[in-house]
Amino acid sequence: MTDTTVLRLNGLSKRFGPVVANDDVSLSLARGEVLALLGENGAGKTTLMNMLFGHYLPDAGTVEVADEAGHLAPLPLGHPQAALAAGVGMVHQHFTLAENLNALDNITLGAEPLRAIRRDRRGARARIEAIMAHSGLKAPLNVPVGRLSVGERQRVEILKALYRDARILVLDEPTAVLTPQEADTLFASIKAMTTEGLSVIFISHKLHEVLAFSDRIAVLRHGRKVGEMATSEADEAAIARMMVGADTPRIARSAMAPGAPVLHLQGVSVAGRSQRDSLKQADLTVHAHEILGVAGISGNGQSALANVISGLSVPTAGHIRVDGSEIPRPSPARMVRAGVGRIPEDRHHEGIVGAMSVAENMVIERLDDPQVQSRGLLRREAIATHAEELARAYDVRGPGVTAPARLLSGGNIQKLILARVFERAPRLILANQPTRGLDMGAAAEVGRRLLEARERGAGIVLISEDLDEILGLADRVVVIRDGQIVETGSHDRERIGLMMAGEAA
Amino acid sequence: MMDILNILLSESFWAASLRIATPLIFGVLGALICERAGVLNLGIEGIFVVGAMCGWMAVWLGAGLWGGVLMAALAGAFFGLLHAILTVPLGLSQHVSGLGITLFATSVSYFTYRTALPNVSSPPRIEPFQPLDLPVLSDLPFLGPVLFQQTALTWLALMMVGLVWYVLNRTALGVAIQAVGDNPDSVDAQGLSVYGLRIGAIVAGSALMALGGAFLTMSAFDAFFFGMVNGRGWVCIALVIFASWRPGKALFGALLFGAFDALQVRLQTEMGALVPGQVFLMAPYILSIMALVIAARSADYPRALLQPWFKGQR
Repeated sequence: MTDTTVLRLNGLSKRFGPVVANDDVSLSLARGEVLALLGENGAGKTTLMNMLFGHYLPDAGTVEVADEAGHLAPLPLGHPQAALAAGVGMVHQHFTLAENLNALDNITLGAEPLRAIRRDRRGARARIEAIMAHSGLKAPLNVPVGRLSVGERQRVEILKALYRDARILVLDEPTAVLTPQEADTLFASIKAMTTEGLSVIFISHKLHEVLAFSDRIAVLRHGRKVGEMATSEADEAAIARMMVGADTPRIARSAMAPGAPVLHLQGVSVAGRSQRDSLKQADLTVHAHEILGVAGISGNGQSALANVISGLSVPTAGHIRVDGSEIPRPSPARMVRAGVGRIPEDRHHEGIVGAMSVAENMVIERLDDPQVQSRGLLRREAIATHAEELARAYDVRGPGVTAPARLLSGGNIQKLILARVFERAPRLILANQPTRGLDMGAAAEVGRRLLEARERGAGIVLISEDLDEILGLADRVVVIRDGQIVETGSHDRERIGLMMAGEAA
Repeated sequence: MMDILNILLSESFWAASLRIATPLIFGVLGALICERAGVLNLGIEGIFVVGAMCGWMAVWLGAGLWGGVLMAALAGAFFGLLHAILTVPLGLSQHVSGLGITLFATSVSYFTYRTALPNVSSPPRIEPFQPLDLPVLSDLPFLGPVLFQQTALTWLALMMVGLVWYVLNRTALGVAIQAVGDNPDSVDAQGLSVYGLRIGAIVAGSALMALGGAFLTMSAFDAFFFGMVNGRGWVCIALVIFASWRPGKALFGALLFGAFDALQVRLQTEMGALVPGQVFLMAPYILSIMALVIAARSADYPRALLQPWFKGQR
């Protein structure tokens, strides 16, 4: 590694309306260095990188990029074309791939002149194959990208940047959708490329991978850079403190003996249109006083499982028992009456009705309750008082209970849903990705509430793609893979990761 | 049954099928280009009318036939540009804008026609494109009348099928158009202009649609009259789905519709005494709907169709 600077961000600022996304952020990157950019959700990491790549025009600040000779030159801002030409490549968190085209076309897109009557596909293929052989990142070139796995798609994204001769590679949460093993392979390839002079900035939430793979760490909070350190001098607690501004409260949990089964699935199958919504002969039992973690890579039947438990889909085979009694023809209303509380995956669309008030959203699952309505008319005052109490108890902050629920932030929407679900003291709670997109503070609150419900005697199904969350909360862990549910019998990260990838039984 | 068999074996039936299919080929290709780039162009019906009127009017005012074709294409491109500005950088509803373009373009055409010719009762005629008369080829049995006695515009339509296929599948431009209709972010992240590609595709597609209209007044008939487009644009919108956004299948779909239409005309004369004529008039549409029901079930829409994209919003 040399000390030559290849990239310098000088005082970048960006606001979206009243929200300050980045405030006077400066960073520099050396040749061959791996810089990890850390921060909570909404800390401004992605915005900062989008300004570097030209998707956003900064309100203030400049960017300098070294040319091939190593001289820093200012980068014209607001033009991805300019960033690409200067050797900056970006792998977005949400892949920017055309799924109807194959990898070859995706990689060469934009690299060829649009006016040309002919394409040199053979030459392009040879070059991509050389890059693949050199970097160890391999992906099939002839298949439409829509049919590739997530890991393959990500490799195509990186190949896109390398094909453009990127000397600086920005990776936005590269491992969010990968299994632990895939993530390790990815970082190994990147590490190898940095020895040849590639410089890398990667955004991540995952402290352990940041500590394992970066040379230097920069932490953003509320749009500002609050700290920077060499990875060799960093430790997990110090970084976490820097990210949230205070020590993260370690969630305290007491050992508890599981009680009677509250949910029992026996040989449940759901024939969905695709792998994504199929279950095959799934067996699952959740007891009172127990959090069952369902780990798995997204798209392996999690939604099908969630739909069955919440009554949204009717199984083609198998039995469902809640609290010991069989539910013959499940429907959402029947499941709610049987004592199932639902924290849906897509809280904005399935969790709330955005145009209705916070108060109305809080009672929406019990409109037949005489406390809520009498003779078909809503008891508006009772609803409002009740909402005020709940909002206080669950710390739902926002413009008030009469305001439309869509005005709440993601974390507060989730608190609203928690309030609605927990207030009914359900026997069984289905928590599907309950902390996705929440910052550490809000996520910790969700975890605390789930443990509280466990204490009270509820059984909880926790579906999550975040293995850390599952390992931290669950009493028992199962893996869902291709619509099948497998008991893990352990809390071992390595073993669970292998099972998620389908490499071990 | 013998009657139908006789019809299907006659060269005049196949020649008519291709002739009826010609404006549809232009229209489907035009709609296909727009939709591949992610924008539905419901202005097609009005753009047909504009193309029919402008092509005819240019020739009537003294331009050559190909000059008329060029005028029609330019007029179509103009209304395409209007639709593109409304739907791409401004991101307005593609349905509303498209229907607006259809109403606007149709009325402007009729208005222009009436203003230029306030007092005519029978539409003035021009000398339209004549059937090709190629040595040897036009005299071939069967193939001669079916293929080689069509007008130059029919041949232009057939060549366009190949050209559009080549551009979409074999050039960097075509790949970029397909990408912008699937995921505009992919295009933006590679440093290409989403707006530029979409606007260009809509303008080019609309110019093609107008040629479909021009064929009506400059080849199929020799005059412009009200209501002559008669829903052909809407048929093209349906045929694009039938064709799964592929030029080759678009040609097949247009020919199929042309064949249904040619068949119903002949059945009307053969069996008109037994069955009311309206039944036959309905036939091509009903058969198209049935074909569409079968084909559209597996339709693979361009993922970004109908979705506006704004720079800097991700």
